[in-house]
Amino acid sequence: MIPIRLTVNGEAVDLDVEPRRLLVDVLRDDLDLTGTKVGCDTSSCGTCTVHLDGRAVKSCTVLAVQADGSAVNTVESLASDADHLHPLQAAFVEHHGLQCGFCTPGMLMTALDLLKREPDPDDGEIRHALHGNLCRCTGYQSIVTSIREGAAVMRGGAPRTWTEARTADGAADAIAQPRARPVDA
Amino acid sequence: MIPAAFEYTRATSIDEALALIAAADPSIRVLAGGQSLIPLMKLRLARPERLVDLGRLEALRGIRDLTGGPLAIGPLTTWAELLADARIVEHGALADALPVIGDVQVRNRGTIGGSLAHADPASDIAAPALALGLEVTVRSAARGERSIAATELFAGPFATTIEPDEIVTEVRLPSPAAPQAGPRTASAYRSLPQPASGYPIAGVAVSLSQSRGANGRSGAYATCAIAVTGVGEQPYRADEVEAAILAGTPFADAVQSITSGQRVASDIHADRDYRAAMAAVMARRAFEAAVARLG
Repeated sequence: MIPIRLTVNGEAVDLDVEPRRLLVDVLRDDLDLTGTKVGCDTSSCGTCTVHLDGRAVKSCTVLAVQADGSAVNTVESLASDADHLHPLQAAFVEHHGLQCGFCTPGMLMTALDLLKREPDPDDGEIRHALHGNLCRCTGYQSIVTSIREGAAVMRGGAPRTWTEARTADGAADAIAQPRARPVDA
Repeated sequence: MIPAAFEYTRATSIDEALALIAAADPSIRVLAGGQSLIPLMKLRLARPERLVDLGRLEALRGIRDLTGGPLAIGPLTTWAELLADARIVEHGALADALPVIGDVQVRNRGTIGGSLAHADPASDIAAPALALGLEVTVRSAARGERSIAATELFAGPFATTIEPDEIVTEVRLPSPAAPQAGPRTASAYRSLPQPASGYPIAGVAVSLSQSRGANGRSGAYATCAIAVTGVGEQPYRADEVEAAILAGTPFADAVQSITSGQRVASDIHADRDYRAAMAAVMARRAFEAAVARLG
């Protein structure tokens, strides 16, 4: 067993792990952060995507020991609860960016990696960025729309993830603005 | 899927890493970004008993300008870091290849040194590496440093001439501009990716240089390098095509020997004839793009 320290969604966590354990399994099984999914387990589908030191990575293809000392942000970092969704999550709800929802954690984390580098991507850039994320329900069009529309909301007003807001100085007024959720028909 | 159990050491210096692999024990593997090795370990196609993790060796990361124009790329430099570096744009074939390597997440983690050492016969980077005259510097505790030209690097599918007690310490990319005000140079890479895996069914990099004549450019090419990946048992230079083009043969004729001497791969995605035909198409596209860039 090897001792590691991760900063997961803003909180320091000390763990002892076997070298062969994958980051995704440590997140899900040891830390109970089951928002990050395991889909293909072969680096293909991208639903295990998390941010490692600010960059999107496939957590099924990172050993937990490699992440020692690093900051890991998962989909749970985006919102405190369902009433305070991150603008990108709200856009997925509003624009039907998911059906079964299994790929959504990865889609969100990959899209946020893109939006950090390119806050105003065109559809081609969005599709290129999603190359490593598979969805078997939507046909992608509504995901692309959700990201484009979510990006527009984000450009409009300094949204931060819940974790960023919570861990920043003067966090109270920095929490992402909640967005109206669609009313069930 | 979980890899078989192994011992893990995170190297804190290059010398420590070299000492750990000095015995040239095949059960010891070096880990860079892990985007090729970890999937192999999960499938248990690789079962190393010890991993020596180079991931924290900052000395092996980053891109430096060398005197005279070449770039010295740290082997742990990720694809994403290369993509973000403005100096890469001058190296057309490399700039073309980078965005189609893996996907965003793989490019954030995967490294140029790790990929070259992994030597996937369908690796995108192999074609620009061969066409642009990349050199890999390797070091061992016993013998110190030596340099391997890309054309001497690949030794079969997933095999290189890097010895088991050596690690890659630098990847050197020659300057595209000639040292004297001589020929101008341009290069391009074009590939046909298999849609699911993203690996090229055929990928071709072309690098050309052309002397500047008294009134603009002359017709003949001073140098021509054409490299093919995804097609043969290992990435290769299409020597016969290069020689024909330098001899003034029209490209459409010269490209007929693009797979000459190669055992062309055949699989469920592309049989031998189709893959060979696509190699010729990608060669033409890369050649035309390089010619256009010569201006």
